[in-house]
Amino acid sequence: MTLIDLANPSRFSALTDRLLPWLSSATLLAFAFGISQAYLAPDDYQQGATVKIMFIHVPAAWLGIFAWILMSAAALGTLVWRHPLADVAAKAAAPIGAAFTLMCLVTGSLWGRPMWGTYWVWDARLTSVLVLFLMYLGVIALWRTIDDPTRAARAAAVLTLVGAINIPIIKFSVDWWNTLHQPASVLRLGGSTIHPTILVPLIVMLVAFTLLFLTLHLAAMRNEIMRRRVRTMMMMRADAPAGP
Amino acid sequence: MMNLGPHAAFIVTAYVAAIAIVAALVAWIVFDRRHLSRMLDAFEAQGISRRSERANEETL
Repeated sequence: MTLIDLANPSRFSALTDRLLPWLSSATLLAFAFGISQAYLAPDDYQQGATVKIMFIHVPAAWLGIFAWILMSAAALGTLVWRHPLADVAAKAAAPIGAAFTLMCLVTGSLWGRPMWGTYWVWDARLTSVLVLFLMYLGVIALWRTIDDPTRAARAAAVLTLVGAINIPIIKFSVDWWNTLHQPASVLRLGGSTIHPTILVPLIVMLVAFTLLFLTLHLAAMRNEIMRRRVRTMMMMRADAPAGP
Repeated sequence: MMNLGPHAAFIVTAYVAAIAIVAALVAWIVFDRRHLSRMLDAFEAQGISRRSERANEETL
C-alpha cells in the first residue's frame, strides 16, 4: 500500500480497523509498565511524593502542544492541497488536544498548591497554556458553527495556523520571562537535569500517553469519516424525489 | 501500601482527574461510533447508499 492509497478515506478506515486493536494493546502494555515504574520511583528530595504528579502532568503538557502541531500540519494540508483527510485529522485532534491541555492545567494546579502555595499564578507559562486551552475551545466552536465541512475546515485551518504562534511562546516562556514555573528540564541542549530514577519512568509514561493519543486520534478520525458519510446520505435523502 | 506523605490528597486527586478525563474521551469516541453506526445502518435499511457503494454493487 502506497502513501497515496491512505489518502482515500475508505482505505484509511479499513487500515484503521486493522491497526487499532494492536495500537490499543500497545497503549495498555505501555501504561502498565509506566505506572509500575512510576509507583516504584523514589520521592524527590525537594518535592517529596508530589513528583508522582509529574508522571501525568508532563505527558499531558506534551500532548497538548503536540496535538496543536499536528493540527497545524493538517491545516497546511487543508489550505495548500485541499485534502479532505487533512480536514478530518485536524477536526478529530482538537477535542483530544483540549482534553490533554485541561489535564495539564488541572494536574499542574494540584501540584502547585503544595509546592508553590497556590493553585494558580498569572505567569507566562501557565497563562500561555491557558491561552492554548481557550484556542482549542475556539477551534472546536468554529467547527460546530459552520455546517459545510469544507468551509469549516478552511476557517479552522486559518485559526489553527494563527494559534501556532503560541507554541514557541509556551516552550520558551520560561526562558524569555521570569516565571514561577521551572525552566526546561527534560528537553534541553545540555541534556536532562532529572535523575535517571525519575527520568526513566517519565519517558515511559511519555511513550504510553503518546500511544494513547495516537489510538484516540485514529478512532476519532474513523468516526469523523463516518459522520461525513451520514451527512452525505442525509443530503441524498433530502434530494430524493418524494414518493407517490 | 504506598506512603504518599502529607500531600497525598493532591496526588490522588491529580490521578483521579487524569483517569476521568481519559475515560470521558474514550466514552465519547465509543458512543459516537455506536450512534453513527446506527444512523448508517438506518440509511442502508431505507435503501440509501453512496454512489461508490452502488458502483461496487453494480460491478459485482
